[in-house]
Amino acid sequence: MRKKILALSAAVLSAAVFLPMQAAQAAWPERPITFIVPWSAGGGTDAVARMLGTLLEKELGQPINVVNRTGGSGVVGHQAIASARPDGYTIGMVTIEIAMMHWQGLTNLTYRDYTPLGLVNVDPAGVQVAENSQYKSGKDIIEAARANPGRIKASGTAQGGVWHLALAGMLQAADVDPMAIQWVPSQGAAPALQDLMAGGVDLVTVSLPEAKSVVDAGRVRNLLVMDDERNPDNPDVPSIKEELGVEFALGTWRGVAAPAELPQDIADKLSAALEKVHASQEFRDFMAQRGFTPVWMNGADYQAFMAKNDEELGNLMKAIGMAK
Amino acid sequence: MELFNNLMLASQLVLDPYVLLVILGSAMFGMLVGCIPGLTATMATALLVPITFFMPPVAAVAAIVTATAMAIFSGDIPGALLRMPGTPASAAYADEAYAMTRQGKAGTALGVGLVFSAIGGLIGTIILMSFAPALAEFALNFSSFEYFWLILLGLSGAVFIGSASALKAGVTLILGLLVAAVGMENPAAHPRFTFGNSELLGGVSLIPMMVGMFAVSEILRYMVNTNPDLRVETGRIGGIFSGVSDALRRYRMGLARGSLLGTAVGMQPGAGADMASWLSYAVSRKFSKEREKYGTGHVEGIAESSAANNSALAGAWVPALVFGIPGDSITAIAIGVLYLKGLNPGPTLFLYNPENIYAIFMVFVLANIIMLPLGWMVIKLAGNILRVPRNILMPVILLFCVVGAFAINNTVFGVTLMLFFGVLGFLLEENGFPVAPAILGVVLGRMLEENFVTSMIKADGNFLVFFERPISAVLGVVTLSIMLWPLAARLFRRGDRISKKAA
Repeated sequence: MRKKILALSAAVLSAAVFLPMQAAQAAWPERPITFIVPWSAGGGTDAVARMLGTLLEKELGQPINVVNRTGGSGVVGHQAIASARPDGYTIGMVTIEIAMMHWQGLTNLTYRDYTPLGLVNVDPAGVQVAENSQYKSGKDIIEAARANPGRIKASGTAQGGVWHLALAGMLQAADVDPMAIQWVPSQGAAPALQDLMAGGVDLVTVSLPEAKSVVDAGRVRNLLVMDDERNPDNPDVPSIKEELGVEFALGTWRGVAAPAELPQDIADKLSAALEKVHASQEFRDFMAQRGFTPVWMNGADYQAFMAKNDEELGNLMKAIGMAK
Repeated sequence: MELFNNLMLASQLVLDPYVLLVILGSAMFGMLVGCIPGLTATMATALLVPITFFMPPVAAVAAIVTATAMAIFSGDIPGALLRMPGTPASAAYADEAYAMTRQGKAGTALGVGLVFSAIGGLIGTIILMSFAPALAEFALNFSSFEYFWLILLGLSGAVFIGSASALKAGVTLILGLLVAAVGMENPAAHPRFTFGNSELLGGVSLIPMMVGMFAVSEILRYMVNTNPDLRVETGRIGGIFSGVSDALRRYRMGLARGSLLGTAVGMQPGAGADMASWLSYAVSRKFSKEREKYGTGHVEGIAESSAANNSALAGAWVPALVFGIPGDSITAIAIGVLYLKGLNPGPTLFLYNPENIYAIFMVFVLANIIMLPLGWMVIKLAGNILRVPRNILMPVILLFCVVGAFAINNTVFGVTLMLFFGVLGFLLEENGFPVAPAILGVVLGRMLEENFVTSMIKADGNFLVFFERPISAVLGVVTLSIMLWPLAARLFRRGDRISKKAA
């Protein structure tokens, strides 16, 4: 009798220990998934994540909890995604900052610390001037920068931020000293655009959706977009290739990733669900209304994209003296 | 006639039972969020956004407008009763209101705050309705030069706040500016004072610091205070509307001044209800006939800054609606919702869907009216807090503080910060240093540095450019003369005395 009980309890115990593990692998997802956003609630990245979360919830049949882990200029949230348990129950938005922060010596995190699941959005940088600006085209700006280095002032984000790199990259591509236009740091696109209209700076290099409202209001003009082709939402804005005859593309991007070493089968499932959601009409409508450009890349392509981006941004940061 | 048609269409949109229900629901939600320290009006908006996905445009905007108006008012309640401002916009006068509570006049403090909030909000709305395009045009002329002067003006207000000596207020202001320097969100994007801690890269967040300095320090003071006599004086809340009509009559000027100043500050991108309430508290004291009563439980400053922070909410919508440029962090989120609902901000909004614009204006009016009965109920309910024995209340408050400090970034680090600043705040106050200027320093420090440095970059290091642009020059002269006035006055008096002696 006693033996029987022992054997039974041993069986129950081992079942209790082993079953959930097998079940976890067989029937993922069986509990809610946490979706970490490294930026604050209400911003663009947060909006995209919440939309993806709502749609993924239907697709995967489990609640998706969007959690904002802000602070440290994105370091804290990116760290939280990378150091979570790779079991498919924590995923997060990884943004372009992952390709910049480590060059500044702010963190050791790089794209290698993640299992990429899919790139969802790229918004290319533009060049914007005030409606009454003396610069009528991208060429005017390049000419002026070449003739009078340091005279022209530009803004759009913090020192060494993505739009600063876009400006430096454009100048470099056009064979002008990347420091020939002086960067005026700002807290983001909105204050920079305000300063542009107030006459505080000569140009800004923010993304097309960020400048959309003031462009629509007739206060600001887009001179070019830093991409190989014109943007489908802004067909009247020339590409940098048409305008300056050089090739350079830079945009802010957002993707979904999990911690490194996520089991392949879960990664495949997540990536497939994400692709389906990304192609859905609801998501497309949402992106179109916000003016964001949807782009899809699967995990492997996203990985290659991040690697290339990492190297390019590193070179640009060295060129403007922001890399450690 | 067209206006009439638009108004009719708009009232159809607003007086829909669904929209009214949304307004009522978000009003209660906003009241609740504002009451909990650490949860701000901005956070109320952010939490509402996913829900507004499923609403028609007017209801979505109504939810945000109503919830924020309520949250900005109800932040006053814990500020007055427990000395822990529910939102940063209530921090400027939390000390004053708490002093009134200790004299058993909590009802008057909150009642005046409520009524002046509602009227301030209404005045802000009227300004928004009548002059939005013209005002947005004016606000667009502000560059970093003008902001620099405006912020300096706000900081000089710190010297007026608090009853302690100007020297001690200056010391804590500078302490606040030092705290604002932490992190890498400075013009050079270089990490400062972070000690290798990645949480500090983003700087010291205001909420944990504020909760620590105001509330935790109060809990510590209770712990070391062995006289258990506090309960007797604070046991009752007093009549809510009893002092209001008197205040309305006496502080008419303050009401008008606070509302106008609040709207003006709210319109400026980057400056919202917080700055409006600090500035207007300082202005109120400057122009008051009973300046010496400030800081001892005097309702005048509360009245004026309550009106200011609620009118700032409406002001912030001016540039948001006309140009799509957010006036504060709330409208920054709201603009996203407007886009999502196809109400793209810009002058075209006024041309193509005027009925939607008028509907939004109506929601502003309704929200400020509904605030009165709801606010009254919440104050009545909150008054019960004062009957709870302090030895039970204090640990509960500490718990709330911890939750609030954690919630702001979802990290334990916020709690650590809160405790650190709690002890610091306690030590400062025990030695007669007021903590309010330190909070102001943190609110404005980063903007001050940024606008100064970016201006200097634009001017290639020439300081005289600060006086070259017309608006900037006027602001500069006003600021400098206010700052130098006491010095000049003293010199003048001394000169006078010497000359008299000589004579």
